[in-house]
Amino acid sequence: MSDIIRRDPRAEWIIRNRLHPLHDQYANQEEGGEVRGPSGLLRKFPHKVGFIGPNGIKRIDRLKGNSSAPKGKRSSAAQEVQLPLHKVDSPEYYIMVVADLVGGRLTGHDKDILGLAHKLIAERGGNGAVVAVCFGEVKEEHFDTAGVDRLLHIDGEAFEGYSPEARVQALAQVEAQYPVKQWLFPDSIHGGCDLASRLAARLGERPATQAWQVNVEQTVSRGASASLDITRKTPKILMLLEECADAIDETRHEATPITLDGVSVTAPTIQDQGLMDVDPNAIPMAEAEFILSAGNGIHNWDQFHDAAKVLGATEGASRVAVDDGFMPRSRQVGATGTWVTARVYIAVGISGAIQHMQGIGQVDKVVAINTDAGCDMVKRAALSVIGDSEEILGELMKLTAEHKSTSVSDQAEEDSHAA
Amino acid sequence: MPHKVISLISVGRHPQSGRSRRADQDSRAVELGLKLAGTDLDVVHAGSSQEPVLRQYAGMGLPKVTVLEQDESADALVSIADYLKSEKADIVLTGVRAESGESSGMTPYILSEQLGWPIVARVADIVEIKGDEAQVLLALPRGQRRQVTVKLPFIASIDNAAEAARQSAFGPGLRAKMDSQNGSTVEDSVRVDWSEAPAKARPKRLKIVKAKTAADRFKAATAKPQGGSGKVMKNESAQEQAQAIFDLLIEEKVIR
Ligand SMILES: Cc1cc2nc3c(=O)[nH]c(=O)nc-3n(C[C@H](O)[C@H](O)[C@H](O)COP(=O)(O)OP(=O)(O)OC[C@H]3O[C@@H](n4cnc5c(N)ncnc54)[C@H](O)[C@@H]3O)c2cc1C
Repeated sequence: MSDIIRRDPRAEWIIRNRLHPLHDQYANQEEGGEVRGPSGLLRKFPHKVGFIGPNGIKRIDRLKGNSSAPKGKRSSAAQEVQLPLHKVDSPEYYIMVVADLVGGRLTGHDKDILGLAHKLIAERGGNGAVVAVCFGEVKEEHFDTAGVDRLLHIDGEAFEGYSPEARVQALAQVEAQYPVKQWLFPDSIHGGCDLASRLAARLGERPATQAWQVNVEQTVSRGASASLDITRKTPKILMLLEECADAIDETRHEATPITLDGVSVTAPTIQDQGLMDVDPNAIPMAEAEFILSAGNGIHNWDQFHDAAKVLGATEGASRVAVDDGFMPRSRQVGATGTWVTARVYIAVGISGAIQHMQGIGQVDKVVAINTDAGCDMVKRAALSVIGDSEEILGELMKLTAEHKSTSVSDQAEEDSHAA
Repeated sequence: MPHKVISLISVGRHPQSGRSRRADQDSRAVELGLKLAGTDLDVVHAGSSQEPVLRQYAGMGLPKVTVLEQDESADALVSIADYLKSEKADIVLTGVRAESGESSGMTPYILSEQLGWPIVARVADIVEIKGDEAQVLLALPRGQRRQVTVKLPFIASIDNAAEAARQSAFGPGLRAKMDSQNGSTVEDSVRVDWSEAPAKARPKRLKIVKAKTAADRFKAATAKPQGGSGKVMKNESAQEQAQAIFDLLIEEKVIR
């Protein structure tokens, strides 16, 4: 049943108006009609009384239909909205979007660029398709709603990890095999900018970098360390800033896989040796990926510093811990400290005052360790453990140390696959 | 045999005052070059030898600066590529993006394509050079580092994560020699058609709520950004609790 409520204003009006000549007839209809038994007694059918409310609970309308609220016509399960499908049959040209795919998923930046690609096709006219070009591991499941008409996933040993040379050879092959109108890259530090520059040099095209206002004719891009707006003809290769267009949100797309035949990759001159261990406390706190943060609930500070070292986490602190002199001011997270963007934030003995919460607004996963199950940090956290911080940190350190000692052998392999 | 290291320098722009200065990344490249080659470092600028900013670079302890004398509108790539070829460089250091002009960051890439040398982008440090290979540290987002091995000769663009440049000394800067050579006269023809204007502030993206009904709009306006709370472990032993946290850290790949 559809979720749309069909109202009959005239019927509602008659039901409200008891003096209306048709009132009885309409009111009876609502209640399931009046039934006289064989002896002439008025019979009520109890199952017909009332209706099922939105929570699945039966509701009986004691107002006898005198309320104007719509009754009993709502289906309980909300239907999932099916967006209209945008189809492209045998495209004449393609716009290639080479996605960053940080952690295997499309970033907001990638989605904006896919939106821009559709805008360009709409302006240009003709039968064009947007292709998302992806390298390495792909975990994204919603290519269709992000606006991907065709999906070109270039997979293989040679394209794993840091492999800009192999990737640019594959892109040059794409250029040769498909009728490409435009190449769009995110102008990002996740590799989009590097790859775009390599491709531009390879194809001998002059790209527009830091472009932020693009149509078919003209491109406005930033120059001279973002102090200048350069207006020029739209080139073939574009590196786009964030929020250059709006992401797709009203259509579904096919995301049909397409293939690239015969990429021959020459031996790379740059060999990836994997990620290096960096001192987590040397990373600026605002960019750190993994933060272990201490509050008033920490009583053993030596253990806390050890834990941060064992886990390889950047240290953070609440204001109380800083004011009490246990942590330097530069480690304070929150309104008057640093606003962090970590992916994982472990709050040990932090109650979750609003000034602290503001600082962790952009954090993905919060883990709370606290003795108080009712505190605000527990409400915000994806995982909360209720217990003494010292005990839990101790156990956590033990587990991590065990894990590190067993996985030293395959560490190198893991590194090359990460990122 | 010591390796021939060449560092390319350009005129920077102070982000607040707009005055010309040592470009940040270029001066970090010079710093790295000084670490690798000492005063044998060859520092090259394509432009005018009268440029006062060159003295600021020279003040970092360079006895001379090589200038490929050319007009501002001429294409610097041609002369630099010729120079690098004739000098038989092993390592060429540049910034990631210039602070003035188009600042497209294409210079190292085009040079690499023309010379057929590999390019490593966003370098934080060159750790060691052994034989015909160099160990290079790349700067990744979130302060991470990646180590790669690259064959000489190569081009490296230096990231802001590299070691900061030393201070520039005024007197030695003035005394440094400007070694002028002839640069190119090829005009940059594409650029002539461009129009340039001071950067406009970009509009902030508004949060547009595409709600079809009033109820949806109400929900969007009043909803708390964070939904229901996550898993709470209350009665488990400390060990089980620690295990749960540990599993989450592994799943999120923050512990490797
Ligand atoms: C203008 C202004 C600006 C501020 N700016 C900031 C800011 O930028 N950053 C900031 O952090 N604060 C800021 N504050 C302070 C903020 O309001 C709170 O006072 C502070 O965040 C509380 O810190 P806390 O959670 O560590 O301490 P508490 O509120 O004392 O919380 C301690 C928590 O630890 C738990 N606990 C106790 N013992 C244990 C144990 N053994 N094991 C586990 N858990 C235990 C308790 O249950 C409690 O939840 C600001 C305040 C003001 C007025």
